[in-house]
Amino acid sequence: MTTITTQTITFNVFRFNSETDYLPYYKTIEMEVTSEEVVLDILNRIKWDVDGSFSYRRSCRHGICGACAIKVNGKGVLACKERMNDLIELFGTELTLEPLSIKRAVKDMIIDKEDFWKKHEQVKPYLIDEIDEHPESENLVTPKEEAQLLEADYCIQCGLCHYSCPSLENNDSYIGPAAFAAAYRFNADVRDKATLDRLDIVNAPDQGVWDCVKCYECQEVCPKEVNPIEKITKLHNQVFEHGVAINNVATRHAVGFAHSIKKHGLLDEAELVRYSEGTLPMLMKHGKVGFKMFKVGKVVMPWNMPKSDKLDEVKALIKSSSTVKF
Amino acid sequence: MEKKLKYALFTGCTAKESTPEQLMSTYAVAEKLGIELVELSEATCCGASHLQDYDDFLSLVLNARNICYAESRGMTMVTICNTCQLNTAMTKHRLDNDPELKARVNEKLAEVGLEYKGTSEITHFLYAIIDDFGLETLGEKVVTPLSQFNIAPFYGCHNIRPSELQNETHGKAENPYNPNSLDDLIVTLGGVNVDYEEKNKCCGFHAELQAPKTAALLTGKALMGAMDANADWMVTPCPLCHLKLDTQYEHAGHAVGRDVKMPVLHMQQMVGLALGCTPAELGLKHHVSKVNFV
Ligand code: SF4
Ligand code: SF4
Ligand code: FES
Repeated sequence: MTTITTQTITFNVFRFNSETDYLPYYKTIEMEVTSEEVVLDILNRIKWDVDGSFSYRRSCRHGICGACAIKVNGKGVLACKERMNDLIELFGTELTLEPLSIKRAVKDMIIDKEDFWKKHEQVKPYLIDEIDEHPESENLVTPKEEAQLLEADYCIQCGLCHYSCPSLENNDSYIGPAAFAAAYRFNADVRDKATLDRLDIVNAPDQGVWDCVKCYECQEVCPKEVNPIEKITKLHNQVFEHGVAINNVATRHAVGFAHSIKKHGLLDEAELVRYSEGTLPMLMKHGKVGFKMFKVGKVVMPWNMPKSDKLDEVKALIKSSSTVKF
Repeated sequence: MEKKLKYALFTGCTAKESTPEQLMSTYAVAEKLGIELVELSEATCCGASHLQDYDDFLSLVLNARNICYAESRGMTMVTICNTCQLNTAMTKHRLDNDPELKARVNEKLAEVGLEYKGTSEITHFLYAIIDDFGLETLGEKVVTPLSQFNIAPFYGCHNIRPSELQNETHGKAENPYNPNSLDDLIVTLGGVNVDYEEKNKCCGFHAELQAPKTAALLTGKALMGAMDANADWMVTPCPLCHLKLDTQYEHAGHAVGRDVKMPVLHMQQMVGLALGCTPAELGLKHHVSKVNFV
């Protein structure tokens, strides 16, 4: 039998009512927390025992509706799934409860998710095909074809990845990990016919997959193991596989690695920048920093470029293992 | 008697080019600690998380080849770049858990007489110091404690996320929401570790060319966070984060509307300073944001 233990925890609770408050504030609440509780139990107790006006969303209490997503000390969690004990072990006995996005807060833990849904809609997250209204047989999908979806189908649209993504936080146009995972999900569906349309959307500069900073926050935070960055990588791959890569800084930056490795084994860093940007834009954009780097010995001249040993072997492997062309 | 540590060193590209000081300081620290490093001279670039966007299979084959050379030397591979660590460890993870994929990769490697077996571990030099050498033993070797400095750790994404993978490669699993390895290291060396919100956030390096605004904002916020927490300098185990923070402060400053220049040291340089290495051995003159306290 496990024994239930109790600890005193100090909660700093984000409070804001967009109808009456000019600025948000934090309310300190001390509570006895038992080892059995999850974060949602605490939210309930704040509302029931401390302040009836405290607001948050919850619905299923089983980690499947995504409504209860909030942040605790900056970590995105599903309140109904996250055990208090784990949080205390991680952060200690002082915990800050905040909505997923402070700038989108409406009332306490409740945020306006309009941007999330708009981005979701942007990638056409539904099956597109001419459907025979009177089919003679079922439209069957084999287990192997279904496996192509990877886990992209498990998304509960909680928004944890979306509101943890630094790229999105700093660029409103960026579509974001959850919507990309949805785009991948329908592109990977054998019944769907709109792959190229979706690739057009996810391939566009500023909003598309090339603006991902590769921080892996989305993979880390996702409670359903959707692994959005894996799906983003797959979308990158599809762009090349379907031959729809636009010749620009982003695509050349990826392809440039293959060229460099073929030539030197190692990456020729300066040449990669030149290849990606073009000579003149490179000088204009990076000339000043490049000169500062040169002065302190951070630039290798082309004639001193280091090379990997056994370069013939590398060349042979690149020749035989390459799967796409640009 | 102390066990002699020996690793196959995967330098990555950056330490051979734009952060020569990182390679110098790695060797200087290894020598002080009696760690033997055998350079993997055959290794290629890991693809830095971009080659895989273009050609995932090619990226796997090349990374598997690198690991083969650590295996042929019978050693654990040690990396000195977070992104090399991630790409190499992720390749190992995928091949070790997918026999079909491993067979496809080995079919290619066989053409040049190689075979990926999965016998070498892969670790980062930071974790080699912490897990294998041990913080306690390191503490005993400190000759110049860093007690006069407030030091801001900057972890870099690819050493802490995805944590599932990091838990396979780092003995004392790190939590990406509250990482502690660099903090522990700073304290062991006698320094004061500074806490700030951006310490486990992204520096923006990987989107610098494609998304310069986003990248500059991220760099600016990281530098600003460390400055506002009263750090004298920052320290990072990743040469890519280093490049971003050390050389891009001007763009970053414009993005956040503040002068955000500050010294940024490689993890190895920090360890080296405490172990009594000279500034020349640590390559401290190869910084754009001057290291002005030594
Ligand atoms: S990996 Fe890319 S999509 Fe995922 S959180 Fe980071 S920037 Fe956003
Ligand atoms: S991908 Fe994961 S974290 Fe993102 S919205 Fe879907 S379930 Fe939530
Ligand atoms: S209440 Fe539905 S996921 Fe938490």
